[in-house]
Amino acid sequence: MMPEWISPQDLEALWLTLRLAGVSTVVLLILSTPLALWLARTKSRFKLAIESVVALPLVLPPTVLGFYLLLLLGSQGPIQALGGPALAFTFTGLVIGSVFYSLPFVVQPLQNAFAGIERGTLEAAACLRAGPWDRFCSIVLPLSQRGFLTAITLGFAHTLGEFGVVLMIGGNIPGETQVVSIAIYDHVEAVDYASAHVLSGLLLALSFLMLFALYTINGRIKMVLP
Amino acid sequence: MTRVMPIAMRFDLQRAEFRLTVDVEVPGQGVTALFGRSGCGKTTLLRCVAGLEPTVRGRLRVHGEAWQDAERFVPAHQRPVGYVFQEGQLFPHLTVLGNLLYGYRRIPAERRIVQPDDVTRLLGLEGLLERRTSQISGGQRQRVAMGRALLTSPRVLLMDEPLAALDQISKAEILPYLERLHEELSIPVLYVSHAIEEVARLADHMLLMEEGRIQAQGPLRDLITRADLPLVHGEQASAVLIGDALSHLDDDHLSCIHLPGGMLYVPRVTDPNRDQLRVRVLARDVSVARQPPLPSSILNCLQCEVVEIVDDPHPGHCLLKLKLGEQHLLSRITRRSRQQLALETGDTVWASVKGVALT
Repeated sequence: MMPEWISPQDLEALWLTLRLAGVSTVVLLILSTPLALWLARTKSRFKLAIESVVALPLVLPPTVLGFYLLLLLGSQGPIQALGGPALAFTFTGLVIGSVFYSLPFVVQPLQNAFAGIERGTLEAAACLRAGPWDRFCSIVLPLSQRGFLTAITLGFAHTLGEFGVVLMIGGNIPGETQVVSIAIYDHVEAVDYASAHVLSGLLLALSFLMLFALYTINGRIKMVLP
Repeated sequence: MTRVMPIAMRFDLQRAEFRLTVDVEVPGQGVTALFGRSGCGKTTLLRCVAGLEPTVRGRLRVHGEAWQDAERFVPAHQRPVGYVFQEGQLFPHLTVLGNLLYGYRRIPAERRIVQPDDVTRLLGLEGLLERRTSQISGGQRQRVAMGRALLTSPRVLLMDEPLAALDQISKAEILPYLERLHEELSIPVLYVSHAIEEVARLADHMLLMEEGRIQAQGPLRDLITRADLPLVHGEQASAVLIGDALSHLDDDHLSCIHLPGGMLYVPRVTDPNRDQLRVRVLARDVSVARQPPLPSSILNCLQCEVVEIVDDPHPGHCLLKLKLGEQHLLSRITRRSRQQLALETGDTVWASVKGVALT
């Protein structure tokens, strides 16, 4: 039984948006954790260059990022020329775009958290027989809980609100690449303010609740950890 | 008696403005102090033994096992060492008990020689086990750090200035525990310090370091009285004497130590089981006389032989090295006294000891 206050197409856009944010966050965590660990510890001369690249989405218009990704993933792009799949206008393409778009929101909190762990703490763990993977699980993870929580929340919430990149590389295919922000844009264009209200209200409430939960939990962790 | 294998180390580590070059063997038992001023490379040497300096070249054998040579570099987490850091480095997300058991849980059950109950008792940690590490004092934190290292049943214990970050009261609180460790456990200890009082109190053997090199090494008692080394200069110049505890004078609250040249009275020793006593005597607290002294308020008087006379950096002073049996005592006197007494090496003198620090 479908609810009446939201159209099936909007519901689909909502579900797609949550799936996109969820999948992107998982991919982001997998990529960002080693990258942030490296950035937090390295003395390499490439560090500043890599940090700048990671931070680019903070300043670039999403359309610029989307434009280059379209060139990269599109039918004339190098990935297809090398025999890869066509990724533009697919869900996978959206995930790739979101990962780039939200990268700084995940890498930076993790990097700060890792940099806050003293080298001596890890050396102490090593002298107590903990190998590298053991040290990561038993020392780094628990001591950077807040960083992970912030990274997950910001990565997820930021991907929810994505518009420009999606429009450039995903277009507006209902059920395939149409996310909530684009559905809202469509409703406003069509002067269907009631539907725009429903979706906007949902996104607003969801984003607020996530951030509120983040700050509440982080406050608790702070009280436990010095 | 089983022969204890030495700890043999040869290291070469190049840093931007510092180079450590060391080739030395230290005894595989007792406390060996790595002594020298800040920046001389003591901590770096300790880190090389622990495997925390992966870029060091050289070779390391501990108890006959190669931890590093041309082919292999055993990583830190596979070396059976216990490392006590200067700042403790406790894990803030774990309780005291969690910290103590962190290493214990990571070694195979059959290698767990040191048990948690023994360590908590030895270090007086019984009441603290459930506390968070942020809720205990600096001295308590260092005791937890020691306990945590001991519970890995290490083959060698590495201590990097474990008292340096503590105030005087906490130091006084911890030293007896360190001495107990020394007496009750047979684990060899490498102890980094720049405080001669600590070293004189705890160490049996000493490596004197300067600018990344070993300046001298040997038994502590020999090294701190060697006239060619800088240790004999300055206010802290001292000697360490070891003698048998002969008797206790309960009424006078004194104990009596038997030495080749006579007796030393020290404050009553509370531990009745100690039959050997170790005392530290500062050179500035020792005066000498040609004849046995007349009765005076100074109790301690030892007959000894002048074996060396050296200049002190202070132009008005000189330093006498005195021999009692196989042991040595230092005395700092003025040049004027030396002239008046016409002291030469080989002379027999009576040394009056004004103060004795029991260690």
